[in-house]
Amino acid sequence: MSTGDSKAPPAESPARLSERDRPWVMRTYAGHSTASESNALYRRNLEKGQTGLSIAFDLPTQTGYDPDHELSRGEVGKVGVSIAHKADMHALLDGIPLDEMNTSMTINATAAWLLALYMTVAEENGVERGALQGTTQNDIIKEFLSRGTYAFPPEPSMRLIADAIAFTVDEVPKWNPINICSYHLQEAGATPVQEIAYALSTAQAVLDGVRPRVPPERFPRVFGRISFFVNAGIRFIEEHAKLRAMGRLWDELGRERYGVEEPKFLRMRYGVQVNSLGLTEAQPENNVIRIVLEALAVTLGRDARARALQLPAWNEALGLPRAWDQQWSLRIQQILAHETDLLDYPDIFEGSQVMDALVEELTEGARAEMAIVAERGGAVKAVPYMKTQLVESHRARVGAVERGDLKVVGKNVFTSTEPSPLEEGEDGGILTVDPEVEQGQIAAVREWRSERDQAAVDTALEQLATAAGDESSNVMPATLAAAAAGATTGEWAATLRAVFGEYRGPTGVTDAAPAAEDESLAELRDRVERVSEALGRRIKILVGKPGLDGHSNGAEQIAIRARDAGMDVVYEGIRLTPSRIAATAVQEGVHVVGLSILSGSHRELIPDVLDELRAAGAEVPVVVGGIIPRVDADAMLAAGVSRVYTPRDFEITRIMGDVVELVAEEHGVGVPAG
Amino acid sequence: MSPDPRELGRRLRERDRSAAPAALNVIEDRSAGARERKAALLREVSPTALGHEAPAHLIGVTGPPGAGKSTLLSALVASWRRAGDTLAVLAVDPSSKRSGGSLLGDRARIEHDPRDDGLLIRSTAAGARMGGLAAATREAAHALAAAFDVVVVETVGVGQSETDVEEVCDTVAVVVQPASGDTLQFLKAGIMEVPDVLVVTKADLGEVATRAQRDLAQALGALGSRDVPVVAVSSVAPPQGMEELAEALDAHLARLDLPERRLRSRRAMALGELAAEHGDAAVRALGGRRAAERLLAREDPAADVRTLVRALRERAGVNT
Repeated sequence: MSTGDSKAPPAESPARLSERDRPWVMRTYAGHSTASESNALYRRNLEKGQTGLSIAFDLPTQTGYDPDHELSRGEVGKVGVSIAHKADMHALLDGIPLDEMNTSMTINATAAWLLALYMTVAEENGVERGALQGTTQNDIIKEFLSRGTYAFPPEPSMRLIADAIAFTVDEVPKWNPINICSYHLQEAGATPVQEIAYALSTAQAVLDGVRPRVPPERFPRVFGRISFFVNAGIRFIEEHAKLRAMGRLWDELGRERYGVEEPKFLRMRYGVQVNSLGLTEAQPENNVIRIVLEALAVTLGRDARARALQLPAWNEALGLPRAWDQQWSLRIQQILAHETDLLDYPDIFEGSQVMDALVEELTEGARAEMAIVAERGGAVKAVPYMKTQLVESHRARVGAVERGDLKVVGKNVFTSTEPSPLEEGEDGGILTVDPEVEQGQIAAVREWRSERDQAAVDTALEQLATAAGDESSNVMPATLAAAAAGATTGEWAATLRAVFGEYRGPTGVTDAAPAAEDESLAELRDRVERVSEALGRRIKILVGKPGLDGHSNGAEQIAIRARDAGMDVVYEGIRLTPSRIAATAVQEGVHVVGLSILSGSHRELIPDVLDELRAAGAEVPVVVGGIIPRVDADAMLAAGVSRVYTPRDFEITRIMGDVVELVAEEHGVGVPAG
Repeated sequence: MSPDPRELGRRLRERDRSAAPAALNVIEDRSAGARERKAALLREVSPTALGHEAPAHLIGVTGPPGAGKSTLLSALVASWRRAGDTLAVLAVDPSSKRSGGSLLGDRARIEHDPRDDGLLIRSTAAGARMGGLAAATREAAHALAAAFDVVVVETVGVGQSETDVEEVCDTVAVVVQPASGDTLQFLKAGIMEVPDVLVVTKADLGEVATRAQRDLAQALGALGSRDVPVVAVSSVAPPQGMEELAEALDAHLARLDLPERRLRSRRAMALGELAAEHGDAAVRALGGRRAAERLLAREDPAADVRTLVRALRERAGVNT
């Protein structure tokens, strides 16, 4: 897994490479608002020495809705750029030489579509598809497990992936059609063993799906095109071992299951974004140190060094990062690669007994966990199992932070601090997307629809539906035709939704084991009992995730803890419209509504939920949790929200106690002191 | 702030479905002070007040965990709504024994349009009576039956716990997945009541499902229940067997002497409640179960459960 084409070290100097390694591809996960604003950002980033692009799409684009769809409200241009059709893609890539660029697109359910738009734009600019280099993330299993931007049920989703792989391996040979992600599993709480096992099980499911769709002699090449997107946490020695273990198991899988022999196809290739889960809202400047250490985990040993790296920004737990914040993270990479002596040496862990033993331990653990997934019918069928395991792991982590067993500097230990000058600016140290962007994009997509050749679009979408309905055909050609004809993201996805059906992923919470007994929980349970007695009904809480944000860890942990505290909990999973939340609150007769949003769309969605609740005649208190800047929190409290919680509030049992008190107050029920 | 319970009952009787959530809040209220409010509401939807039995088809859907009940229900709900039937689903989930709390997840699995006012989904926890139905759920089912076309009670059940659902509902469908030998054994051994309709899910699995369907039909035949339909369904797109299932449920209702079944149900519920509240001693004070049943037979057939319980209490000499 070496990076460059450096020559083998000369025998007389085993300590040094005869030629310094080439650095990895340096990217910044970036994009917001409109295509042209993001384009300007990309150009500035490339000028600063970034060597590849990493496109962040907004949630409507990721889940297949146009900006004017009901579910898109509040999300347009928020966590990424809004791309509704080929003209948006043209604007996004304007002036960027696509035959030289290496572009990573974080896109999954709609990967085939965005790849088609990218190819269309390249070809309309005279760049042949064979010259294109880059990656579409295209890993749907982790969307079901943690990230939530799926659009179709599991089986047709896997078929879309297989189609994209089978198509690119011939037509766009330098493209990585899938980037199997263990990244998001760690964000959802996975242990290193789970991360390895579930990512490799996913790879196996993908490969099994593609195998019948390509000629056998092409298959080793398909194997060689699979790449990974990995996470690295703060325990950086173990994290490095994890990557070595993954490489070893990948090689094993290629040889044993798929009969691949060519070393270049067997080499595990991976890109990395380091951990965001461990970044803190408290004393956020410390995050820079965390990011540096995590970057070391994936660059330190030459035999398991990342091919491409992108680092989060120090302020991710506060809100969206600004261009300057991202620049700071790019500089970390550049200092590591260009100032330190990291790239001067052969693999520094070779022969280390400690490292070898650690790798062995993780390899064994991962093999055992992979066997369980296989027993359950493979990664697709085992999604509910894996989801439940991840929820349990995250629960253990959250509990350990809460108790102080897992130390997080500035958060649960060494918490006294001077005020941070980084948060003092007028913008509070974060990026705020102009709310006008959404209206602009809505107007733009409507104009686009009215001005294109509608007949051509209709024909292309009909052909897409036909291809989708025929299991033996590949959807890519019809997708490319629709992209060229001017169809929109929402139309492409709606056509496929009509054929494939819709889907709600498993929530992973209903099978969560009861909590271990502890004193603070027992005390809380008594309070829940007393208030429930006084109310006449057990306290009933609705935990809801409005909008398209699929990051459900927080909501899941709240739901489980509320159950463990003795409440009746209604949890419907992700992607709920404000009207659905209001209808559920009324029909279920809940005493309190808890909402979780991490995508920054709280400014639009929370008032919407409040309005819908009022319209439905539901007089229930609402509490909100998420990545919510202080000014927004104040505005929400003024608008009628009862409580706002941010990552700073990590003691869930205490939050629950707060909620019980709130319910008692609202219903005029006195809570006798316990 | 709390709405007038009689008003809520009256609105349900007049088929105003928007009264349902608030009515359920009253019915679920276990506090001593709520007893009168609850009774007032229920009187308004009793057969006496209605002048006839509540019009809804009360359907119980039960079966072991993981059999695919909610997924099946999701497809059934869609087909009923397409046919224009209004419906209420009472989804009952088990409570945690340790904390008393519960995670009510069935709602998430039933595809629905939140703006559709012809569909109500209410999740409840089974409470202390594991596997059975809380009294509130039985009362809720009967109250909602005044305002909706179909009322579904969905519960987790294996073996004997179906009895509760059978008491409450007109038609009970037991849902099993292929290769679940338990149900077959329970049926054969007579541990499990013979359901009105048996549903085998995952028909898309082919041979396994067909075999399960055949085995169950044979077992029913051996028990002399040859006319109990065994329907194979699949909720994988495109769904199969849903129309057949809907027809089987309708056919059972058509064969049913509804007033007789409802009357039997109310009497069983009254007895059950007496025993739950005052223990077996109260039943013994009446001279045993059979004597209690004879007593109930002398009461007004249109009386609601609460009236029946009151009558029993008086005779048994127990106080509230």
